[in-house]
Amino acid sequence: MIEHLDSALVNWSRAQFALTAMYHWLFVPLTLGITFIIAFMETLYVKTGDPEWKKATKFWMTLFGINFAIGVATGIILEFEFGTNWSNYSWFVGDIFGTPLAIEGIMAFFMESTFIAVMFFGWNKVSKKFHLLSTWLVAIGSNLSALWILVANGWMQFPTGMHFNPDMARNEMLNFWDVFLSPVAINKFLHTIASAYVLASIFVIGVSAWYLLKGREHLMAKRSIIIAGVFGLLSSFFLVYTGDGSAYQVAQKQPMKLAAMEGLYEGTTGAGLIVLGMPTPGKEYDDNQDEFVFKLEIPKLLSFLGYGDTEAFVPGVKDIVEGGYEYTDENGEKQISLSAIEKIEKGKLAITALSDYKKAQKLSDKVKQEEYLTIFNENFRFFGYGFLNDPKSIIPNVPLTFYSFHIMVGLGFYFILLFVMVLILIFRGDLIDKKWILRLAIITIPLAFIASMSGWIVAEVGRQPWTIQDLLPTVASVSQIDASAVQITFWLFTIVFTALLIAELKIMFKQIKIGPKEGGH
Amino acid sequence: MKIINFLKRVFLFYYDGFKNMTVGKKLWAIIIIKLFIMFAILKIFFFKDFLNDKFDTEREKADYVIEQLTQPKNTSND
Repeated sequence: MIEHLDSALVNWSRAQFALTAMYHWLFVPLTLGITFIIAFMETLYVKTGDPEWKKATKFWMTLFGINFAIGVATGIILEFEFGTNWSNYSWFVGDIFGTPLAIEGIMAFFMESTFIAVMFFGWNKVSKKFHLLSTWLVAIGSNLSALWILVANGWMQFPTGMHFNPDMARNEMLNFWDVFLSPVAINKFLHTIASAYVLASIFVIGVSAWYLLKGREHLMAKRSIIIAGVFGLLSSFFLVYTGDGSAYQVAQKQPMKLAAMEGLYEGTTGAGLIVLGMPTPGKEYDDNQDEFVFKLEIPKLLSFLGYGDTEAFVPGVKDIVEGGYEYTDENGEKQISLSAIEKIEKGKLAITALSDYKKAQKLSDKVKQEEYLTIFNENFRFFGYGFLNDPKSIIPNVPLTFYSFHIMVGLGFYFILLFVMVLILIFRGDLIDKKWILRLAIITIPLAFIASMSGWIVAEVGRQPWTIQDLLPTVASVSQIDASAVQITFWLFTIVFTALLIAELKIMFKQIKIGPKEGGH
Repeated sequence: MKIINFLKRVFLFYYDGFKNMTVGKKLWAIIIIKLFIMFAILKIFFFKDFLNDKFDTEREKADYVIEQLTQPKNTSND
């Protein structure tokens, strides 16, 4: 029974999932972005016939190959964990996850695996145009794989297009398109792939900058910087645009996450956007401490970005816990928000009704079944709250969400500046002389990974306590297994993934030192 | 005959590709070791599917999860 679950099990299961997801994500964004950079370069090779473009294409393809080989299948571990550590969750999501993940598996296998072989082995065996097509299909295929994973994640943030089957305790897909085209999923996908393009661009610029500092491979490095600089800059603008779309969706669907992202405890009209700040350590939602030790904000911008109105009310943590503020629901109607306590009561009603429904079913009491099912359906959207007792349980880790969000945004704007500076200098022919910016470009590579990870921390920590927004909290999602078993695999993964990361870095550094050469991989 | 020729060409395509790899051989070794650890050790000994392991039918799994979900006690969840 859930009452016997100890918090150690939940915390270790969460830590293990976070560890494996973050290690997995170290490899993914580079693959998503660098494949397009490679495709651009090969397109130029096919169009111009210039062998220098071929040399550059093959060099970046080798680095992509290293990253792909080390990272491939690290995501499968997450699926193992779903089945072992998160069995309640896995059962509860039903076929909502199954469909996108099955499509992802088939597409990844056929598109990526087949065409990656042509990309690496086919240089002198297939026509130039077919090779180029294969390279583009690898880029598109890897991004489409990400689409299905992010559709599944988007559904967890905003469950839609499904019906809960009380007989089987599973969600069943009612409308594939509602799930696939959910505004949360679409924004999440576009924002995530744009961030991957920026990360890959920074990687290419950083490695090229190293060659320029070493006085090697000038032509390839300069051309790579131009391609990656333009791609990175355009992707950055798209990243800002989709970030705005994501923030809008968060404001509408996950107001607590928005409040945590901005460290906003007391809601206000005309809310400002924090540019820089330090939330007061140890601040509780119901104490009288100031929200910030210091802050620098742009007035009214949060209201505008979240609700399209500079005077809109943005609820803070306290408002969401205590309820009573007015908001507009998805049908455009004004509503008064419920307090966390009221939602918890409704959630408990739903849970009790489900239990009573099952009992009535055993007794073949049709009238009672109908009665309990009605109560259950009326309160199902608060189902997850029924597993909580303390209203504070609905508050995520505010400082972690706040800092992660601001690190992500701050670095995102720094990357735009870097792309602009690098492009201006390279077109003016000054880049090689500006050693400081070449060094800065190299140092920026790990910052791109930090920004990318921070984005996921905002997305996932910011929506706690939920695995499925409002429907299932993490505490009710775990399997009843021994916490020590999770601890053992946590440390096993730490060792295996760290070994993989070290292998990746060693092989990658060695290959970068060797540099581009005729012959291949 | 055409099919056999096609399959032969596909085989030679991969065979030559693997034979001529430089850095790729090391990567394949890493991939194989990694997949072995994942599927032959982790999956078999540490990551049995919890519900499939305990129950045979979908109904039994559903009843178990419903029991889990309808007898909750709360906990803080931060």
